[in-house]
Amino acid sequence: MFKGMKDKHKEVIAAYGFLAPNLIGFLVFTSLPVLASLVLSFFKMDLLSGESEFVFLQNFIDLLKDPYFMKYCWNTIYLMLAIPISMAGSLLLAIALNQKLKGAVIFRTIYFLPTICSGVAIFMLWRLIYNPNFGLLNTMIAQIGELIGLKLVGPNWLTDEAWAKPAFIIMSVWQNIGGYNMILYLASLQGVPRELYDAAEVDGASSWQKFWNVTWPQISPTTFFIAIMSLIGGFQAGFDQAYIMTGGGPNGATTTIIYYIFNNAFEWYHMGYAAAISWVLFLIIFVITLAKWRFYGRNVHYS
Amino acid sequence: MGPNVRIPQAIIEKSAAMQRHTSPLIEIKVANPFKCCFKKGLIYLALMIGAVSMLAPFLWMVSTSLKSPDQVLAFDKVFWKEWIPTSFVWQNYVTVWKMKTVPFAMFYLNSIFVSVCITFGQVATSSMAAYAFARLHFPGRDKLFFGYLATMMIPGAVTMIPVFILLRHLGWVDTYKALILPGIFTAYGTFMLRQFFLTLPKDLEDAAKIDGCSYLRIFWHIILPLSKPAIATLTTFTFMGSWMNLMWPLIVVNTHSKYTLPVGLAYFQGVHGTDWTLLMAGSVMMILPILVVFLFNQRFFVEGIKLSGIKG
Repeated sequence: MFKGMKDKHKEVIAAYGFLAPNLIGFLVFTSLPVLASLVLSFFKMDLLSGESEFVFLQNFIDLLKDPYFMKYCWNTIYLMLAIPISMAGSLLLAIALNQKLKGAVIFRTIYFLPTICSGVAIFMLWRLIYNPNFGLLNTMIAQIGELIGLKLVGPNWLTDEAWAKPAFIIMSVWQNIGGYNMILYLASLQGVPRELYDAAEVDGASSWQKFWNVTWPQISPTTFFIAIMSLIGGFQAGFDQAYIMTGGGPNGATTTIIYYIFNNAFEWYHMGYAAAISWVLFLIIFVITLAKWRFYGRNVHYS
Repeated sequence: MGPNVRIPQAIIEKSAAMQRHTSPLIEIKVANPFKCCFKKGLIYLALMIGAVSMLAPFLWMVSTSLKSPDQVLAFDKVFWKEWIPTSFVWQNYVTVWKMKTVPFAMFYLNSIFVSVCITFGQVATSSMAAYAFARLHFPGRDKLFFGYLATMMIPGAVTMIPVFILLRHLGWVDTYKALILPGIFTAYGTFMLRQFFLTLPKDLEDAAKIDGCSYLRIFWHIILPLSKPAIATLTTFTFMGSWMNLMWPLIVVNTHSKYTLPVGLAYFQGVHGTDWTLLMAGSVMMILPILVVFLFNQRFFVEGIKLSGIKG
């Protein structure tokens, strides 16, 4: 069929053939929807009544005045307290695993489990763990109280507005401490040139000094990378656990930006408003990504 | 894309960077043996405490799934007794599986079907596209690839709303098509495989081309067999991602008989919110395939991230 055709043309035809299935799907389900979403954010669109009206920037103006949106942004940022805590933990675990001990692989596998098994089942488990009456955590708190002769009563983790966010942070640290970040730190630690430590030892540096003057600066690109990726993830996080464990409550204390988008779009069918929020979210992530590019400069290129 | 499965970008970017590092030389150090053992012991202790706190919730989950409902509610004075079911109620698992109010077995089948379709579709389409991007020359290739890259930072929430409206217009809401199709096409899969294909040596292909091999045969007989580790990684992540995905099925499916496990479990919790033994039995069954996939494919992503590895 292709006989007599120039090789170059054959190659182009083959290329589009290989590309076609993915490209069509990509256009239909990713790139065109991005544009559609931008257009949508300029409309007031109610999917139930079928009304839609061009309002230009009104959605964004409403958003700036929306006290709920401000509150949920704050929630999202508050919950990101888990990031520095779990990063510090990941680094500590990585340092411990980097000591070339026997059984390190087993430990690494165990630490990875909470990351791998995230999702609805784990959030249901944590709803049970946080149960104020017979959950694991409050049972433990009461037991410790008995040991030291005090009557300790654990909080109503998920139904108390003051405790719901800390509860989510504890769970999130458990989930992320031994996951990808620890593996990245481990790899980064192993990449620190041996000579630097030797030189530091010759100078009589203590372990503590070696860490702050050799290890920490050497692994700082990894730290920066993990921090940026966690930030990007953090702004989009928080739906699954809140949906399963608290329904976004108590009193909106665990509703995050993504949950608000979901509610607007698929509970109340305010499609235009939801699209506007999603673009604000995109903008935040875009700014963070720019910061990342600026930091990496021309060292990172994709081709 | 909202329903899509995302491969952590960290892995893609870092795994490329990691290849540059070589493992450090073997360390020979003479130190005080007592100090050394003491230090090692402390590290082991810390690692053990870490491991116990990682595992405890899982053990609690399994133990609850085997308890009788009374034991869950009772508060035992002796702490360790909380961890062991007084009588092992294996029946909990059968009950969940055969429940009349919640078609759990159906959820399970749906999840398997949807995840397998998404995984297969994603691996097939993105490996083909990745081959075109990595090896073939065509006008506009770099611009198109940049377009793929650019969408990778767009949050799924942005595309999810128009895609839902589109599916609604097509009348596809509440169908398997709506569950599967949007999950197949990701820039991530294409990007990751392209990066891997670029690292493969070209000699074999050149020889094959001289022998008059078609592109399809080169792709099938040379590129794919050489790329098994990358494809295994993509398969693992895609499968796990779609197995766990809650939000997208929640958006596009209304009929119980089409629920996947995550939505199904959420619904189960809505109906039987306090039947903890049953809920935990269902959760254990949801996690089990993920555990199996992880334990068997561990090296593909853990070892893939850090090539220099620790010897156990």
